[in-house]
Amino acid sequence: MKYLDEFHDPELAAKLFDQIRAVVTRPWAIMEVCGGQTHSIIRNGIDQLLPDEVELIHGPGCPVCVTPLEMIDKALEIAARPDVIFCSFGDMLRVPGSHTDLFGVRSRGGDVRVVYSPIDAVAIAEDNPDKQVVFFAIGFETTAPGNAMVAFQARQRNLSNLSLLVSHVLVPPAIEAIASSPTSRVDGFLAAGHVCSVMGTVEYGPLVERYRVPIVVTGFEPLDVLDGIRRTLVQLENGEAYLENAYPRAVNTMGNSPAKAMLEDVFSVTDRKWRGIGLIPQSGWHLSEEYADLDAELRFDVADLDVQESELCRSGEVLQGMLKPNECPAFGKECTPRTPLGATMVSSEGACAAYYQYGRLDASRSLPIVETEAARG
Amino acid sequence: MAETDADVASTGPVETQQGTAPGVDVEGWTCPMPLRDHDRIVAGHGGGGKLSAELIEHLFLPAFGPAANGATPTDAATLELGSSRVAFSTDSFVVDPLFFPGGNIGDLAINGTVNDVAMLGAIPLALSTAFILEEGLELAVLGRVVQTMGRAATAAGVQLVTGDTKVTDTGDGSGLTVTTTGVGLIPDRVELAPGRIRPGDKVILSGQIGDHGIAVMSVREGLQFGTDIASDSAPLAGLVAAMLGTAAGPGVVHCLRDATRGGMAASLCELATSAGVGISYVERSVPVAEPVRSACSFLGLDPIHVANEGKLVAFVDPDAAEEVLDAMRDHELGHQAAIIGEVVDDHPGIVVARTGIGATRVVDLPLGEQLPRIC
Repeated sequence: MKYLDEFHDPELAAKLFDQIRAVVTRPWAIMEVCGGQTHSIIRNGIDQLLPDEVELIHGPGCPVCVTPLEMIDKALEIAARPDVIFCSFGDMLRVPGSHTDLFGVRSRGGDVRVVYSPIDAVAIAEDNPDKQVVFFAIGFETTAPGNAMVAFQARQRNLSNLSLLVSHVLVPPAIEAIASSPTSRVDGFLAAGHVCSVMGTVEYGPLVERYRVPIVVTGFEPLDVLDGIRRTLVQLENGEAYLENAYPRAVNTMGNSPAKAMLEDVFSVTDRKWRGIGLIPQSGWHLSEEYADLDAELRFDVADLDVQESELCRSGEVLQGMLKPNECPAFGKECTPRTPLGATMVSSEGACAAYYQYGRLDASRSLPIVETEAARG
Repeated sequence: MAETDADVASTGPVETQQGTAPGVDVEGWTCPMPLRDHDRIVAGHGGGGKLSAELIEHLFLPAFGPAANGATPTDAATLELGSSRVAFSTDSFVVDPLFFPGGNIGDLAINGTVNDVAMLGAIPLALSTAFILEEGLELAVLGRVVQTMGRAATAAGVQLVTGDTKVTDTGDGSGLTVTTTGVGLIPDRVELAPGRIRPGDKVILSGQIGDHGIAVMSVREGLQFGTDIASDSAPLAGLVAAMLGTAAGPGVVHCLRDATRGGMAASLCELATSAGVGISYVERSVPVAEPVRSACSFLGLDPIHVANEGKLVAFVDPDAAEEVLDAMRDHELGHQAAIIGEVVDDHPGIVVARTGIGATRVVDLPLGEQLPRIC
C-alpha cells in the first residue's frame, strides 16, 4: 500500500534499531503522546526490540480514555431520552460512565448510532426532522475539524434538531502539565503527528524552550515511530533540546490554515477535566459563543448529574511510568483482561494487558521463528 | 475515592492563567473500565468474542445442566447414529444490510451451516431452513433471498428438506432472520477435532482474510474504498474433500475451523485454548487483499478480527503440509492458501504473531464486536 508499506520495511526497521543501539549510552524515558502511536508500538512490538536503556511511556493521548466522567454521564443521560438519536464514534460506546455505558443505553432502547464520519450526523438530522440528533464531539485536534464541520453545516442548513456534546482536548497543555510535574520522568516527547498536521508545529517551540525537553513530531507507522525515537535519543545524548519534525510528509509549521480558521470560528478554549488526570487549565475546546445554541449541554439541561467514579486502579501511575504494570497489587489478581480494573488492562494495546499477555508467555524471547514462503519472500 | 480527589490535579500549582500548567497528580490518575456485567443483552454478546463465550459458559451451560453434557466447544457436533457418524450443526443469520457485494443473507445461511458441518470433514447432506420475518417485509426481498438459497444449496450439494416460517410485529418491516440446521456424513478414517492438534502441526490458511466483514461494512456505512470488495461467502465442503483426499490420507489433517465471526484471530485463539497448545504465526504470511488492508487501516480495524464466510484454518501434520497445501491451491477456493505458522508447546493456550519488524505480539480473543477506533 503506497505510503504505508514503505514505512513497514523490516530491513529499514533493522537499520533504525541498529542506529538507536549505536547512539544510546544511558537510560532515557520517552513518552509517545498519542494513543495511535501507542497502538503502533504494541501492535508491531517495537518496544521489545529497543535497547534496555530506552523506556517508552505511554502518554494520555487516548481521547476515549481521557473524556471526563461527567461528560460520559451527560452523554448517557441524553442518549437515553426517547426523542434523541445519539451519534458517536464507535469506541466511545464501551467507555463506562457512573452506572452504564452507551451499549447499555442501547440495550434499553436508546437510539445510539456509530458514525464513521462526523458529517453522518448531519445526514441523520436531515433524515429525522422529528428527532433531536446529538453528536458526541470528542477527541484531540485531529478530529476537531470534522467535528467543527458538523456545527458549521448545522448552521448553514438551518438544522434546528442537531446539537453537539463537545468534549475536545488539546495536546500542548497536556504536554505542559506532564513536563511541569515534579514527579515526571519523561526525558523527551514524541508529539502526535496527526494533531500537528492540523495545528502545525508552532505551539511546541515554546514548550521546548520552557522545559528544555526534546519534542519530535512523529508519525504512526513502525518506521515513523522508530525514526522519532532515534531523533529524540540523538538530542538527549547530545544534551540538546529542540523541536524536530520527523513527519514532514504530513506536517508543516503552520498546519492546515482553512481547518484552523474553522476551529477558531466554531470553538473557543476552555479549562477541561481529563479523566484520571484532573483539571488542566485551557486544555480543551467548547463551542464558541457564536455556536453556543448548538450546545447539547445547554439544550438538554444536564448540568446537575450525580457523578461517581467507579473502582479506582493505579493505571495513572502506569501511564506516567511510575509503576510497572506487574508491580500493581491488583495485577493478575483482581485485575486481568477478563476482569479489568482499568483501561490499560482492557485494550490489547494497553500497557497492563500487554504485560499480562507477555507474562503468560513466560520465556517469550525464545519463540520459534516460523519460516514460511511469504516470510522468506 | 471521594469525587473531589479525582477532579483536580493537585500535585503542582493549579492556576487558570495561561502559561501556568498544573502538575499531574500521578496518584490520582485513573482510567475508565468498560462494563462487563450488563444486566441485559448488548451487541457484543453476539460478537463471537469473550462476551459470547461468557454467555454460553455462565448462562446457557449451567441452565442446560446434564442435558448439555455432550455439548462440544465447536460449531458442530458429531453424533454416532448406528454405524454412521453424523455431523450436526445449527446457525442463525442476521446481517444488515440483507444484500451486499458478493452475496446476501441467503448465501450466508446456506454456506455458513454447510461450512460448520464440513469443518468436521463431513459431506453435507441436508439442511432445514427457518425464517423469522418482520411484518411489512417486501415479498420481492424475501423472494430474492430464497432464490439465492436455492442456488447456493444446489452449488453446495445439499437438499433443503424442511423448514418453518414465523412473522413478528417488531422492528420496521425490513427484518429477516434465517436459521439453518444441517447434517452431514463423516467418512471413515476422517477425524477432525481440536484434541488432535499437536505441537509441530503446520497452520494453513485457505486464502485472503477480511473480505466479508469489510464488504458488509462498506455498504452498511456507505464507505468507498476505491475498489469494490466482495464477500467471500462460499461452501467449503469441496475444498475440505480435496484436503482429505490427498495420497497422504485423511489422517494428516488434524483439525479445521472456518474463520467466521471474530475472524481468523478468534478461530486460532479458541483452538489454542481448547487444544491446550500454543500457536505461532507470521503476520507477513497472512494474505490480505489490498483494499481490505486499506479499509482496515482507515477504520482502525485489524484484518485478523474481521469476519470471513469462505475461509478456513487447517492444522496439518508437518510432513504432509506441503501436499495438503498443494491440494488446496489446486482448488478454486484455495488458490491463495498459505502456511502461516505452526503449533508449539511452549505457550499453551496462547496465540503469538511475529510482526513485520520481527517482534512478537500476543493475539487475544476480541471482547465483543469490533469498533472502529477514533485514534
